Order: sequence, then structure tokens, then C-alpha cells
Amino acid sequence: MGSVDIAKLDFFSSRLDAAIGWARKFSIFQYPFVTACCGMEYMATACSHYDVDRFGAGLPRFSPRQSDVLFVVGTISHKLAPVLKKVYDQMTEPKWVVAFGVCTCTGGFYDNYATVMGIDTIIPVDVYIPGCPPRPENVLDGLMKLQAKIEKGEKQTKLYDHATKRLV
Amino acid sequence: MNLSELLKQKFPQYVLATHRYRGDDMILLKKEGLLEVARFLKEDPTCAFNFLMDLTCVDYLAFEKSPSSAPTTVTPSPLPFYMKPKKDPKGEKWERPAETQTRFEVVFHFYSLSKNHRLRLKVPVDEKHPEVDSLTPLWASADWFEREVWDMFGVVFKGHPNLKRILMYKEFVGHPLRKDYPVNKRQPLIGPVN
Repeated sequence: MGSVDIAKLDFFSSRLDAAIGWARKFSIFQYPFVTACCGMEYMATACSHYDVDRFGAGLPRFSPRQSDVLFVVGTISHKLAPVLKKVYDQMTEPKWVVAFGVCTCTGGFYDNYATVMGIDTIIPVDVYIPGCPPRPENVLDGLMKLQAKIEKGEKQTKLYDHATKRLV
Repeated sequence: MNLSELLKQKFPQYVLATHRYRGDDMILLKKEGLLEVARFLKEDPTCAFNFLMDLTCVDYLAFEKSPSSAPTTVTPSPLPFYMKPKKDPKGEKWERPAETQTRFEVVFHFYSLSKNHRLRLKVPVDEKHPEVDSLTPLWASADWFEREVWDMFGVVFKGHPNLKRILMYKEFVGHPLRKDYPVNKRQPLIGPVN
């Protein structure tokens, strides 16, 4: 039996979770939670020059109930922290969180009474994109890392525990 | 007659000191006379200050006591090319009068759109009774400024219609821009104290 031209086949076999993972990674409906200057870089990434639509993430939903990925873009203050938590809780499973910019990763250069020192103290985070602000290439790199994670069906969202100083 | 001379003449019982620096007037005022002087500034046709541009506060707790707050330059910066040098450079230096060295100073910046002139008003406020009259009856813009000063410094504005926190949440204890607020103190609403 010779080689089979798969283009002529009218069926395709795969594992179900692999197929779902492949489909999910190209239909990222994101919720941009934009609070600060990183938002400009987020817009640059989303616009046609860098074109986040190539990765299937071109349609931001402005309701957390319709979205899969929470993009936290910009500094989060303690006053805003309960709001962010509520937005995260409103999202349906499966859901992922991207910390966009160094303020959301660690608090950045803010160390004061007002700022949350990294959103992973409040909600679990899947991908960290550091930078102040991160370049669009950096963002796309983070997005591809997220896609790899979604494709594998990994759910390694972790919270930072300040008592033990590790991810739990 | 410039503004500081006018006010000194008009309110000798309230004006503690005046200063002119490169054409900008500054008045140091007793807090008892704040409302009266402010009303004069707004309503008098030669002053006509119809715009309260800024209202803020200074905490002098560590002023000139800690190395970081000590003044670094003694001589004023060089004049821009379009200004003439003053005959008496000593007159440019301003020091707080010893008798008015209270912990707080509430600072008002006025601007007159019709006259195109400005005035800075400073009111020394005692640490034990941090309380001044509210300027909300005269300028509506004082509302949020005064709430911010209350939030950050804990200075009470008598007669303010809605004196509550504007930047911090209502569970927040203390006033974070006071110099004795611990720089490492954290009061998160949710999540760990980091």
C-alpha cells in the first residue's frame, strides 16, 4: 500500500482533548482589564501592524462573562483589587490570566501604600509578560506561550504565597 | 500697588508675611482670616480671582531635619533670558517666619482670568487642631481638592458639604502622605499584607 494523500480523505482522526486544545488556542476571547500606560502598548499589539488577530485573539470581549483570557494591563491599586477579583470570578471556566507589564507581575517600581505588589497575590496568573511597558513582540511571545499552554490543556495557575515566598 | 502690598494694607490683622519672587506674590495668612480674605480676593474688582487653580498641603514634619529633605541649592536657579536680573538677589530667598512654623501649611493657588494674575496663599495649620475653613462656598473647585487634602493629610475643612475620602478607600486608616505614616505600612482590602 502506497502513501495516502490526506487531502483526499474525508475524515481525520485525533484525540478529542488535543483537538479541543488546538481549537481553543486559536479562539482566544480576551478581556482587557486596562488601567494604566501599558494599555497603549496593548493597543499597539492589537492593531494591524503587529496584528494579534493572527493568533486568533483579535476579538476582545468587553464582558468577563464572554471571555476566556483576562489581560490585566497596568497597575492595580488596593482600591481596585476587589474589582479585579470580581471580574475574574465572573469569568467562566476554562479561563486564563495574563499579567501584562511589570506592575501586574510584581508591582514594578511602585512600593507604596496604594499599589498591589503583583496580581498573583489576588488571582492566579498563567503568563507573566514583564516590561515597562513590554514591547509588542514581547507580548506576542507571551501570547504564544499562552497558546502552547492552552493547547496542552495545562492549567497551572498558581497563587503567590507571601508567607512562604513561593507559588502554591 | 502689587497684590501683597494691597492685602497687607487691607488685612493687617491676618497677614503674617508676604513675599514676592520674580513677580509672583505669596501671602502667609492666619487661618482665622481665610474665609474673609478669600471672599475679598474673589469679589474685589482689582483682585477678581475667579479661579481656584490648586489647593494642596505641605507636611513640614521632617523639613530640614532629615538629609533627604534638606535644601540642596542655596542660590536660585539662573533667570531665563527674557527676565531682567533683580538688583537685590537676597530678596529672592524665602524663609518661613519662626513664629509660624507649624507642622502643616495649606496652600492655595488663585488665578484671575480677567486680570491675568496669580496669587499663592499659605495658611499655617497646627498639628493639634488641623482645621481650616472650607472654600467650597466661594469656588466649587475647592470641593475635590479639599477632600484630597483631608484624605492624604488629615486636614479638616470646616463647612465642607461632603468631606470624605476621595482617593483611598473608606476602610483605610490614617493619612498616607503625612510624613509620620510608616512608609512600609500596607492596608490591602483583599489579599495578603505585602
